[in-house]
Amino acid sequence: MKPFQQLTSQAIPLNMDNVDTDMIIPAQFLTQVTCDGYGQHLFQRLREQHTDFVFNSPKYQFSAILIAKENFGCGSSREHAVWALTQAGIKAIIAQSYSDIFYNNAIKNGVLLISLTPPIIAKMIKNAIDQNFILTIDLEKQTVTTSEDELFTFDFDPFRKTCFLKGQDDLDYLLEVTS
Amino acid sequence: MPKNIIEKIWHHHVIMQKKNHPAVLAIDKMLIHEVTSAQAFDELRRRALSVRYPTRVIATLDHSISTTKNRTVMTDEQAKIQIETLRKNTQAFGIKLYDFDSKHQGIVHVIGPELGFTQPGETIVCGDSHTSTHGAFGALAFGIGTSEIAHVLATGAILQYEPKTMKVIFKGAPAKNITSKDIVMKLIATIGVGGAKGYAIEYTGDIISSMSMEARMTICNMSIECGARAGLIAPDNTTFDYLKERFYAPKNADWERMILSWKQMISDPGCHYDKTVEIDINNLKSMVTWGINPEQAISIDELIPAFENAKEAYSYTRLNAGQPIRNIPIDWAFIGSCTNGRIEDLRLAAAILKGKKIASHVQMYVVPGSEQVMYQAMQEGLDKVFESAGAEFRMPGCSMCLAMNDDKVPPGARCISTSNRNFIGRQGPGSITHLASPATVAASAIKGKICSVEEI
Repeated sequence: MKPFQQLTSQAIPLNMDNVDTDMIIPAQFLTQVTCDGYGQHLFQRLREQHTDFVFNSPKYQFSAILIAKENFGCGSSREHAVWALTQAGIKAIIAQSYSDIFYNNAIKNGVLLISLTPPIIAKMIKNAIDQNFILTIDLEKQTVTTSEDELFTFDFDPFRKTCFLKGQDDLDYLLEVTS
Repeated sequence: MPKNIIEKIWHHHVIMQKKNHPAVLAIDKMLIHEVTSAQAFDELRRRALSVRYPTRVIATLDHSISTTKNRTVMTDEQAKIQIETLRKNTQAFGIKLYDFDSKHQGIVHVIGPELGFTQPGETIVCGDSHTSTHGAFGALAFGIGTSEIAHVLATGAILQYEPKTMKVIFKGAPAKNITSKDIVMKLIATIGVGGAKGYAIEYTGDIISSMSMEARMTICNMSIECGARAGLIAPDNTTFDYLKERFYAPKNADWERMILSWKQMISDPGCHYDKTVEIDINNLKSMVTWGINPEQAISIDELIPAFENAKEAYSYTRLNAGQPIRNIPIDWAFIGSCTNGRIEDLRLAAAILKGKKIASHVQMYVVPGSEQVMYQAMQEGLDKVFESAGAEFRMPGCSMCLAMNDDKVPPGARCISTSNRNFIGRQGPGSITHLASPATVAASAIKGKICSVEEI
């Protein structure tokens, strides 16, 4: 796992509750035996159905921070959903909440998951739709700064924080403590 | 201090708990399948690790396989490679694979219990979110990702935070044709798809005690659909009777010893739960979903509700608020999956279909959950009942529940299904899914429209 300290990027807004992992990567694309080749199928069904879907828009093509709402990543346990997101350039997600399995899968792949309150999320989504909305995440300070100079702090598990800052892998830790 | 069953199992399995750290949790059993395991074995190879406890792991083929009569013929080259990869990996790492014609191949969550591999008081994981099914035996069972599969293979443990605990009490007794599927769908509709996020659930109530193991498995299976990390039912004589003499079940003196230990795996009187939810099932009617997630479910007598934030659901399912769910025409019917692909489900559907024909415009698949279910169904002549009614009786697998193989509902077609998810495109690109019980699916297939058994 690569260390994660700071990230500055344009934000891509996903204005939906309960985004499930079938939406993120449909089952038909899960027949690979490697971790590669999922990025091009990210949100494929929604991209086919809605030409104006955010992941079709060139405006957001370099965004590394996804803003989502409630219960992001619910449904199937497929880690392919996280691989699809990272291969499409997503390095951090800011949402109201995450499903438990998705949360575990994301942190094991170095994707930083931040939870903020519904009013902050709603405002961030609006800003990201309306303008070129740039966010800076500082994990050490546990802050998100917006291009409008607003600053939000977030809670983050101390153990996970160390893992992210150092790029420490769960399996190394487990091998050490179970040996 | 009195403990609930979830806390008991949890504390029995914590190897190490440092302050401000996740627990190192010992895992008793793991089930693996072809879709989520290949990358985990690669991780072991990259690090030159072996499988620490190979006899605690079993494997089978279910997600991407063909369910046609000759299932060695596969059109998807990639899926073929995936299946061969599991065969090679299980052989190389010394893991038992229940392959085709082992007489026990089937959906992971169907074969685990069938083989007696699933036992009370254990921690059980699988790279599949419906692992909660095994909770029906009083096990703490949950889905994990591929990274965690590698962790369990290499160490027999994973990092987890202790779940909050929720007690669900089903109050009352439902009418004759109401199944455990309707009951769990009612729970999900009540608390929502994120309603149990962060919690492990214990299901209780007189109805749970009187349910068969198969009906209990249907309830626990759908725990994930309300966001629960796990869902379980305390073991009792029904559990022990089911397990006795099964392949992996302890035998003779070991059996007597384990029964004593399993009997301790119940919640103590006066124990605490972080949350309690009561669901009245006295007047419960058959449940059917109308939208694009399992909480968007109503009873057969209700009208589709109006929600501000469900535009995508109405547009995708081509339904409107205020419209009755009853009598919506269907094109497909599916009976199967880890939720409702067991012998009791097939018996229930066959009893309704016997001597009847499905509507001429409807196509119907009946896919047994395992080879054992298939053989049993054939022995009872259920396959003939399905075929005479105009349905196809196929080989075991996940099939049309997630449409990873060729079993797909065509774009724009509407399917009533005993599976667990009505997500966008779940049963094939552009397909529309209505989740329901095996009874409701069989009845609707006959009428060609969504209806309950009473209407047949």
